[in-house]
Amino acid sequence: MAWAKKILRVNLTKGTCASEPLNMEWAQQYLGQRGLATKYLVAETDPKVDPLSPENKLIMTTGPLTGTMASTGGRYSVVTKGPLTGAIACSNSGGYFGAELKMAGWDMIIFEGKSPKPVYLWIENDKAELRDAAHLWGTTTWHTEEAIKAAHQDPQIRVASIGRAGENGVLYACVVNDLHRAAGRSGVGAVMGSKNLKAVALRGTVGVSGVRDFKAFLKATTAAKKVLADNAVTGQGLPKFGTQVLMNVINEIGALPTRNANDVQFEGARNISAEAMHEKRPSDGKANLITNSACFGCTIACGRVSQVDKNHWSVVNSPKYWGATGGLEYENAWSLGAANGVDDLDALTVANMICNEDGMDPITFGATVSAVMELYQMGVLKKEQIGIESPFGSAQALLEMAHMTAEGRGFGKELALGSARLTKKYGHPELSMSVKGQEFPAYDPRGIQGMGLTYATSNRGACHLRSYTVASEVFGIPVKTDPLATEGKPDLVKAFQDATAAFDSSGTCIFTTFAWTLGDLAPQLDAACEGGWSLERLAEVGERIWNMERQYNLAAGLTAKDDDLPKRLKTEAAKSGPAKGLVSGIDKMLPEYYKARGWTADGVPTKDTTKRLGL
Amino acid sequence: MQKSLHIDPNKCTGCLQCEMACSYENYGSFNIAKSRIKVFNFESAGRKVPYTCTQCAEAWCLHACPVDAIRIDAATGAKVVHESVCVGCKVCTIACPFGTVNYVADTGKVQKCDLCGGQPACAEACPTGAITFVESDWTGLGKMRQWAEKTDTQPRA
Repeated sequence: MAWAKKILRVNLTKGTCASEPLNMEWAQQYLGQRGLATKYLVAETDPKVDPLSPENKLIMTTGPLTGTMASTGGRYSVVTKGPLTGAIACSNSGGYFGAELKMAGWDMIIFEGKSPKPVYLWIENDKAELRDAAHLWGTTTWHTEEAIKAAHQDPQIRVASIGRAGENGVLYACVVNDLHRAAGRSGVGAVMGSKNLKAVALRGTVGVSGVRDFKAFLKATTAAKKVLADNAVTGQGLPKFGTQVLMNVINEIGALPTRNANDVQFEGARNISAEAMHEKRPSDGKANLITNSACFGCTIACGRVSQVDKNHWSVVNSPKYWGATGGLEYENAWSLGAANGVDDLDALTVANMICNEDGMDPITFGATVSAVMELYQMGVLKKEQIGIESPFGSAQALLEMAHMTAEGRGFGKELALGSARLTKKYGHPELSMSVKGQEFPAYDPRGIQGMGLTYATSNRGACHLRSYTVASEVFGIPVKTDPLATEGKPDLVKAFQDATAAFDSSGTCIFTTFAWTLGDLAPQLDAACEGGWSLERLAEVGERIWNMERQYNLAAGLTAKDDDLPKRLKTEAAKSGPAKGLVSGIDKMLPEYYKARGWTADGVPTKDTTKRLGL
Repeated sequence: MQKSLHIDPNKCTGCLQCEMACSYENYGSFNIAKSRIKVFNFESAGRKVPYTCTQCAEAWCLHACPVDAIRIDAATGAKVVHESVCVGCKVCTIACPFGTVNYVADTGKVQKCDLCGGQPACAEACPTGAITFVESDWTGLGKMRQWAEKTDTQPRA
């Protein structure tokens, strides 16, 4: 079995680390990673718990394919109750940390309680202990990783940590691993900070030996890798352009939320696109993009490695930003750029670096800045309150706000709340482009209707990674649907949600689904794991996970009223592009979606549904 | 015809498929800590470089071994550690100028790349062609071809 079959339970209050067997009965029902860790959270915590209290738990979890030769088999997730949303939080990350956890012999780590003082968890294979982190508290994720490697005199250690954002309770703080990979959304880093847990450092030399049938596994993974290599998106588009391949495409179809979703097209999109990253800057004759890079095991390699002009005004006095680093992904280029009307590519790259360095979600951060810029434009917020003139389009304001939020000073403490709380405080909750308190990402539901339903029903608050119907509505994967139509979208969203939940529980990356279906994943899992893993079974596991998350949210106090989009998307029509004149048809789609899900008109899973899924 | 591992760092993405393939070939598990090829990540330069034994013709490791545990595989030209003979003295790890022979505490022996008997698993697993197994006498052929393509001897108008 590709599971390590072992859990590490860390009680931070008592300072203890204990090994226990993985519940294999649950593994057969929930597979691993997202599904299995959520099952543990559901079983062990009260859904009404305060997310930032010691009673909340935080789980770092791998999937059965994490740490294997399956392409993209390096993923791990952080599962907890999210402080930004009050809903289930499950944030997925790549890099090398997840595989190292598995190679140390662990499927997951469950953190409970709260440490009396800052600590980090040190794992060397089966040995695990909490160590003092007083000297690391107040420092960045970059410094923390470097300091831990130096202290242990081992450059091969992998580290996941929080920066100052997580310590300061920024409600969208993330957990950063391998310098620029992040379990990004819903504030999982703030939960880690609330527990006084600064970092997890790993060295794993046990490896993964429990694959059920190695020969069949290598045959299946080799075939699946070929599918990725032969596909135009995963074999050519993503390695060359990264997710940024989307910038010009989404702008052209009029679905690029611009200036806090006042517009759906951004006149500066070209300047912050993948194509622009490849071009030589006039200032120093070098391109922003240096090369692409892969996470552990990934044969796609969509990652961006970028370097800004040393003489750019934002870094001229900050040599630490001069080196190569994780470059802009589409979501970040949008949230920091188009969402705020900023089209300075190097400035966006630097803002992204600050988010990595101090561990905050660039999507929620950028979308919060755009709400602030709109409040500034309306005259509700003044320069004196923010600390800098903040009109749409100001890269200076963007970077100053990034610094003040990361460092927890001045107006940064208000930015730390996210847009829902901040706009409410200043009397304009309608200006928060969020669902369940979490800001939606880079696809405007007026121009891509399926994404409206995706955002409204996502269990972790607005998110594109729970059902990426853009694949179908824009790229025709697996079938082309009309992005401007609502018909058929409820069934499409449900199918994507269930399949995605299965992928997120396997240890592989959702980006494989540009080429893979569950039919490509199943033979790999089946060769790796005992139990007979078919496409149909994976779809059912996905549906079970989705409904379990829904039940958790309902028990936490969320209702159908929380499955709604910001008013702007329902009442202010798109001003330009193919979607001109359209609003989101969410009100038409939602009842049909509930029905397709086997839920009541109030969005509650019926007894038949829960019984069918064994919940 | 003898073949050599040939590495083009510019093509490496850092996915570590090579390290997993190496460990599986030699230990039957996915365990990059046991890989004989290592990918080094130079973060601030944005460079990733796979590195392993180049199978020196005059192999320092082989000459340094006091018990003759490192021998040449006549078919592949690989310098191969014979575990049953190796006493774990580690002199070869000192002799190797490149650090590609290393001690394995679990077994008490040293390990190094042995070209997998002529079918290197790392090269087979590499998705980008950063690691290839090519004719020893012509490891420069690919680069020559690239430069040849750029050479323009046509008279200009």
